[in-house]
Amino acid sequence: MANSLEARLTSLRDTRVWRSIFRSGSGATNLRRALAVQQNVFLHLASVKVRKRSLAFRVTWFLGTLTLGAFLILVLTGIPLMLYYHPSVPQAYADMNDLRFVVSAGVFLRNLHRWSAHAMVLLVFAHMFKVFYRGAYRPPREFNWVIGVVLLLITLFLSYTGYLLPWDQLAFWAITVGSNLISAVPVFGARIRFLLLGGHTVNANALLRFYVLHCVILPLAAVTFVAIHFWRIRKDGGIYSGESKRHE
Amino acid sequence: MSEHKDFAAAMDSDSRKTPVRVAFVTRRTSPHVKRQDDDYVMTFPEALFRGVVAVEVLALVLVVLALFWNASLEQLADPMQTPNPAKAPWYFLGLQELLHYFPPVVAGVLIPTLVVMALIVIPYFRINIEAEGLWTRNRAGRLRILAVVIAVFVVFLIVFDVFAVLIPSLLVAGLMFYSATNPAAPGRFHRWLASKPLSFWIMSWFLLEAGVLTLIGTFFRGPGWSFVMPWSGQI
Repeated sequence: MANSLEARLTSLRDTRVWRSIFRSGSGATNLRRALAVQQNVFLHLASVKVRKRSLAFRVTWFLGTLTLGAFLILVLTGIPLMLYYHPSVPQAYADMNDLRFVVSAGVFLRNLHRWSAHAMVLLVFAHMFKVFYRGAYRPPREFNWVIGVVLLLITLFLSYTGYLLPWDQLAFWAITVGSNLISAVPVFGARIRFLLLGGHTVNANALLRFYVLHCVILPLAAVTFVAIHFWRIRKDGGIYSGESKRHE
Repeated sequence: MSEHKDFAAAMDSDSRKTPVRVAFVTRRTSPHVKRQDDDYVMTFPEALFRGVVAVEVLALVLVVLALFWNASLEQLADPMQTPNPAKAPWYFLGLQELLHYFPPVVAGVLIPTLVVMALIVIPYFRINIEAEGLWTRNRAGRLRILAVVIAVFVVFLIVFDVFAVLIPSLLVAGLMFYSATNPAAPGRFHRWLASKPLSFWIMSWFLLEAGVLTLIGTFFRGPGWSFVMPWSGQI
């Protein structure tokens, strides 16, 4: 039974259609395994081979992978949420109530998005400290650390812009407190705040701006920098897994 | 009496097949091989499958969270009605806590800017590349510098009444001085601390401060940013 399933999968992977899509056929050889990575537009950001030691749990705690996972969950839950959401006052808040009482699994969708967002912020911080403590930022990986800091800021800004969207008291006042801090920036403070909010207070314009930032601009920025981040892991010699063993 | 050799010398005139390598061994260098190549495995499936399993576990945990705990939804936003206290998202509450002690331009602009800049330049400073213990060289001199820096910092924090920063800082300073001592029979913990470079101490201090300030801002601040207990129901 299992054999016939495997045989069927193998013959499927040898069909012309499959090969036209994936550019590599079947076969349990290292060449095929290498092609599976190298011939895939997403996977080719990674190298074909990795150090065995870098896969051990204690090296990375998989924190970078988990951060990517949280981001993917956020994209997958965020897109359906967009279908039920109007970035306008006070409709935004009414949409929250619709998610609770009208939309099938609306509560679950929103909960999952919210918890994943908190998880992603936590994971990004954890990833940063883990990378620091195992010394993985050292040359030649300096610039990837800098990209990581950019990704940390994008993550915080993504979470912050998402915080306003429910348009409840918690959202409104958290953003008010945060944006008031921007006014403290010398010389340009008031202007930066005006640019961000589209007004002097948190209002309907701010909601629309935060929506566009949260759903378009920041996710695109995140995807771009994540791609560079992954590509640099490969270019800088793979995941750092401590000094090589001394040759005895 | 000839021993069995497990190698063979070979001459090859084809330079494309067998490139000739000439190593110059001076008196100061040693041809001793210090590093060995690591074992490699295929990314697909070894690394990829592990990553997928990790993400699946995360997804399961988050789904369980989402099934049993609802995201909060308060009343409709009302610009006329300020909640007391009005709090920023949790990851900014450390900064909001600092706002309680310092003027906004310091807590809201200067400190976050300095933190981000400090994070960016980490890999470009020698201090963060060195991996030897803080006290392995120039112990007396470094102790003196540390004592002065901490004294100035402590006076500064007392002047501004920043006990939320002062107490964790004193804890870290105490551990640093402890790691500088030379006990006759150092325990494992002491040896571990003594092996740590300065960058470790700075980052750990930052981590502890960020954690303490965020926790205080999240759980111990009530109306008018007064200090309350988490169970008082005033947060």
